[in-house]
Amino acid sequence: MNKTPLAAALAALALTTNFATADEPTRGGVIDTIIQPEPPGLVLGMVQNDPTRKVAGSIYEGLLRYSTDLEPVPQLAESWEVSDDGLTYTFHLRDGVLWHDGEPFTAEDVVFSADVFHRELNPSARAVLQHVESIEATDDHTVVFTLAEPFGPFLLSFEAGTFTMVPKHIYEGTDFRDNEANNHPIGTGPFKFDSWDRGTVIKLVRNDDYYEEGLPYLDGVNWHIIPDGASRAVAFENGTVDVLPNGTVENFDIPRLSAMDNACITDKGNEYFSPFAMLWMNNREGPTADKRFRQAVMYAMDREFARDVLWNGMGKVPLSAFGSNAKFQHEGLEPYDHDPDRARELLDEMGYEGEEIRLLPLPYGETWTRWAEAVQQNLREVGIEVRTVATDVGGWNQRLGDWDYDLAFTYLYQYGDPALGITRSYRSDNIEKGSPWNNVEGYENERIDELFDQAATAYPDEEREALYHEAQEILHEDVPVGWLLELGFPTIYRCDVQNLITSGVGINDAFRDAWLDR
Amino acid sequence: MLYARLIVMRLLKAVVVLFLIIIFNFILIQWAPGDPAAILAGEAGATDEEFLRQLRERFGLDQPLYVQLWHYVSGIARLDFGWSYRQGMPVLDLIMARLPATLLLTGTAFVLSLGLGILAGSMAAARVKKPSGSLIMALALIFYATPLFWVALMAVVLFSVYLDWLPAYGMYTVGAGHTGLAYVLDVAKHLVLPATTLALFFMAIYTRMTRASMLEASQQDYVKTARAKGLAPRVIQRRHILRNALLPIITLAGLQAGQMVGGAILTETVFAWPGIGRLMFEALQQRDYNLLLGIFFFSAALVIAFNIVTDLVYRLADPRIKEGS
Repeated sequence: MNKTPLAAALAALALTTNFATADEPTRGGVIDTIIQPEPPGLVLGMVQNDPTRKVAGSIYEGLLRYSTDLEPVPQLAESWEVSDDGLTYTFHLRDGVLWHDGEPFTAEDVVFSADVFHRELNPSARAVLQHVESIEATDDHTVVFTLAEPFGPFLLSFEAGTFTMVPKHIYEGTDFRDNEANNHPIGTGPFKFDSWDRGTVIKLVRNDDYYEEGLPYLDGVNWHIIPDGASRAVAFENGTVDVLPNGTVENFDIPRLSAMDNACITDKGNEYFSPFAMLWMNNREGPTADKRFRQAVMYAMDREFARDVLWNGMGKVPLSAFGSNAKFQHEGLEPYDHDPDRARELLDEMGYEGEEIRLLPLPYGETWTRWAEAVQQNLREVGIEVRTVATDVGGWNQRLGDWDYDLAFTYLYQYGDPALGITRSYRSDNIEKGSPWNNVEGYENERIDELFDQAATAYPDEEREALYHEAQEILHEDVPVGWLLELGFPTIYRCDVQNLITSGVGINDAFRDAWLDR
Repeated sequence: MLYARLIVMRLLKAVVVLFLIIIFNFILIQWAPGDPAAILAGEAGATDEEFLRQLRERFGLDQPLYVQLWHYVSGIARLDFGWSYRQGMPVLDLIMARLPATLLLTGTAFVLSLGLGILAGSMAAARVKKPSGSLIMALALIFYATPLFWVALMAVVLFSVYLDWLPAYGMYTVGAGHTGLAYVLDVAKHLVLPATTLALFFMAIYTRMTRASMLEASQQDYVKTARAKGLAPRVIQRRHILRNALLPIITLAGLQAGQMVGGAILTETVFAWPGIGRLMFEALQQRDYNLLLGIFFFSAALVIAFNIVTDLVYRLADPRIKEGS
């Protein structure tokens, strides 16, 4: 094993001390960063993919932000109360907030965004809204959400990317998708949309009327669009770009880039999404339909090796279905350590006769290809015949949607609470042909359905915890999917960029507090 | 008059060819695995039945294929190339925004490769048994055999990372706010690396071809006659040999000009040049059918246009070629 890149990355990680700075923030300057791939649009709420969230997270805001330990903090809501029965949530909105076109932001905008706009357009918000019975503005600055039943993660779902506030005066009564204003997004955030030169750059400029006194410090943010990975690395090397958000360069470039003078690296800012890499295992047919085979796969894989070599030592090997940033992780489970002998025993026991298994790598770059090769090798060591099936993103989507695979790489966001990000992969009524993001493996277990249902609406948290622990024990035994790694996506930046990651969504709202020490 | 008639005939044929190309591409694209709605939903990382249904309905993907084809073809007749699913803009706007960048890049590369290629080829032909001639041919062979992407990356490493002479990517300096002449110079500076990279391969071909063709022409009787008349070797080289040797090069140049839009995918991607090749590659990955078909249409139209131009240039280079032959 080559230890050099790992050591370099860890050393660089240790240098990340920018929160401890005592300097007074200075105003001015523009940060150049990268968005990859180019977003399809910038109206959050209409588009929720990752590049849109990253850029538009500075333009739009939600009612709440989340700290790096996922505690809600005020954003557009100044304060909030939850009734004792967990059914009524009252939000008190901040005074004097203006939309970028100068109109005041009021409680009516919140009601419109949640009840009309998101109910029509936004699948992630819709999933939360099904628990909401009514949304009312009691005065200009107060909004009351009344739930049909308690919903544990409700306070975690007001993040800007999921529950964006959109201006009622612009969208009400129009065809949202064809609204002229979509080309010039209007939010309440610290930065205003300036221009978008397709294929080259998206420019944001400071919102001088921002409600937080003194913020933002920067004059603007330029999001460069550079399609080639090697060219993105060069852009950081030769100084044109100050910040490389996660996923912009290949993992093998990270040790080299982070070892440069004035380069810092952090794995903070992944807490809210906590991307969790998994191996879909087809529970319907073939050897993977046998629980013992799936357990054997878990024992056969060397997940520490993958983390150390392919992911530069960043990330965590998960115990089971619940990641460490999701609530209610059951720590008492016996880990699936790398144990090829045990894997072979299980395969013998089930009478596996060497049928060929098809493995679909994730077509998201070199690291994933190599990871698939490593897993293929691990599985071959215990006697499983594996053939990798290379596809592009479209083909990968289609094969997963059609359940035409045996093992397939993916990663999913956990959103801080099992009801938001974990349940969807295991509940049986979430089996639906055609989508690569639901219960793709085809796992059906009545007890699991019950437990996840009850836990989502149980109140208070202690009750939820007991239910989720039981669910984890069952999943741990059944291994409906393989749990690979909680990914620690790194952000690389020049060390003179101060105060970059200040919340659990990382780069998505990073430039609000950032300043340049130049 | 003859030219006018020729052009009209060729344009009529072109319309038929383009129509067939539209139909063929439309069918071809349907065979690619992957449903645009699922890919769009996939990119969003979250989806439900309603979301997929909305997408399909909005883009007419829920209609039978022949209805979709009819909508598409009748749209083109009205110069409506449809709506890009992923980029959320009319296809025509997207293409028109990107086409100038591609034409600038490939046009520069075309002129560069043709001009330098013919120059180097003639020089090599004139110095056929000398070391300098062999050196030219050796270089041409190296550029011919080296993969384009590698050349591009090495050019970036040398000229922008180490020497810091030229920008590594993009079409202009973001945030510099240049206007007028400063802007033109800025773009020109950004153009050097991608255009050279794109030109090298074809330059090598032109060099080899010019040399071979000229050597062949120099054996012809009219060259011997010219020599016997006592004309200066330079004049013979230029007016008797080169002119006659040009025809095969024009053929090849015509083909290259048509190819350059497609051939620029790699160069545009590596150098983040905001052109149409890159747009096509992204559209393909995202199964953005309308956008992809639109780009196919425009590149096909360009190929046809260049073919017509090539035919006209033939007639200029060699007046013996007449219509109908």
